Amino acid sequence: MAGTGRLEYPTSIMALRVLCSSRIDPVFLLKAYLKGADGVLIGGCHPGDCHYETGNYYTRRRFMILKTIFDSLGLKSERFRLSWISASEGVKFAKVANEFTETINNIGPNDTKNNMFL
Amino acid sequence: MKELQGKIKQLFDDKKVDLVIGWEKGSLPMSSSPLFINNPEDINKLIFDETCQNNLAVYLTKDKRRLSKDNKKIGIVVKGCDARSLVLYCVEQQVKRENIVIVGVPCNGVIDKKKVLEKTDNREVLEYRCDGNKVFVKGRDFELSINKIEVLSDSCLSCTYPDAPEFDEFIGTPRSEDKTKDEFKNVNDFEKLSLDKRWATINKEYSKCVRCYACRNVCPSCYCNTCFVDQNDPQWIGKSPEITDTIIFHLIRNLHVAGRCVECGACARACPEGIDLLLLNKKITKEIRERFDYTAGIDINEKPAMAAYCENEKQDFIMG
Repeated sequence: MAGTGRLEYPTSIMALRVLCSSRIDPVFLLKAYLKGADGVLIGGCHPGDCHYETGNYYTRRRFMILKTIFDSLGLKSERFRLSWISASEGVKFAKVANEFTETINNIGPNDTKNNMFL
Repeated sequence: MKELQGKIKQLFDDKKVDLVIGWEKGSLPMSSSPLFINNPEDINKLIFDETCQNNLAVYLTKDKRRLSKDNKKIGIVVKGCDARSLVLYCVEQQVKRENIVIVGVPCNGVIDKKKVLEKTDNREVLEYRCDGNKVFVKGRDFELSINKIEVLSDSCLSCTYPDAPEFDEFIGTPRSEDKTKDEFKNVNDFEKLSLDKRWATINKEYSKCVRCYACRNVCPSCYCNTCFVDQNDPQWIGKSPEITDTIIFHLIRNLHVAGRCVECGACARACPEGIDLLLLNKKITKEIRERFDYTAGIDINEKPAMAAYCENEKQDFIMG
């Protein structure tokens, strides 16, 4: 909807479509990070609005664990963000995408890009 | 020991089991081997003591035989942590509860061979004996007497469920949860470190890893048919023991057993490099207990934390 609404969002974002936010395995995030992505944004439907009824509740718990691990390792967990943006919320998507890009710009590039660890 | 053997014999006599899994004396000192009793004649080989460190539950799901698939009645001798694995299997429908007969034994902790070898400066132990709180080891040119608590496995030092929470038969009287121990002492100490120190600790520990996957192979909670590290299309992580891939492997393993880890410590004992693998698992367990009030492998009717949800739970980590 952001596109048809002629809303602007940063060109640095590469969108990947999955059928449900609970399709996202933590290994996707780690792999993206390892391959040099500066941040990963997950958009999911609002709790209670899931087409599959419970998908986003599982995502929520999974994401919490991932963040916990990252924090406890001493890595920057701000590089990952989960937001509730449903398919029809183009305005919100553009807003969150802009915000998130700004956060990542402030943190700076992923210094582990093509480097040894994460 | 006699009581345990008697109980197993009785199970065979009553035709309640077709097969019993237990421990027998190993071929080396301080060791035990898994024992599969198909025939009541083998019962007198059965032992239980502080050397019985294997978690026998793994034979139900991941051994090549995949014993759980034959619909046989299987008796299994378990410590507290092993019983929790069995409860987890029942919850996750890997094993039918009516197909297993859980025989609980009172556990006072198992010894960690690596800790004994540290005491003997890696000299070979030829004779081993345990008497109450003392452990006696003897080698070619030395003899040592060690306090048992010094060589107990790390997981046993912080174990709060020494006896099976779910069982059919129990040898002796089962104790309930032990609340006197500080289960998360290591985690709390770790959390107090600064960010850089934490990262340095983790890096130092995991750089020792040679990726033999022994931790995965002994883990009762890791029973996928194809583990993500063995997949090559798509290939998630590289095959060489490089620190990047190693840390990803350990992180993902932690995430996969999140809320399912029963803290048996089998991974840490199996690790040839002596990496403290329990630390991150405990961290997650602590977080899950605080947030969702869930402990793995206690209640046979409760869903695992990662397969359950609560509509109105805290979501402070989500920004809008």
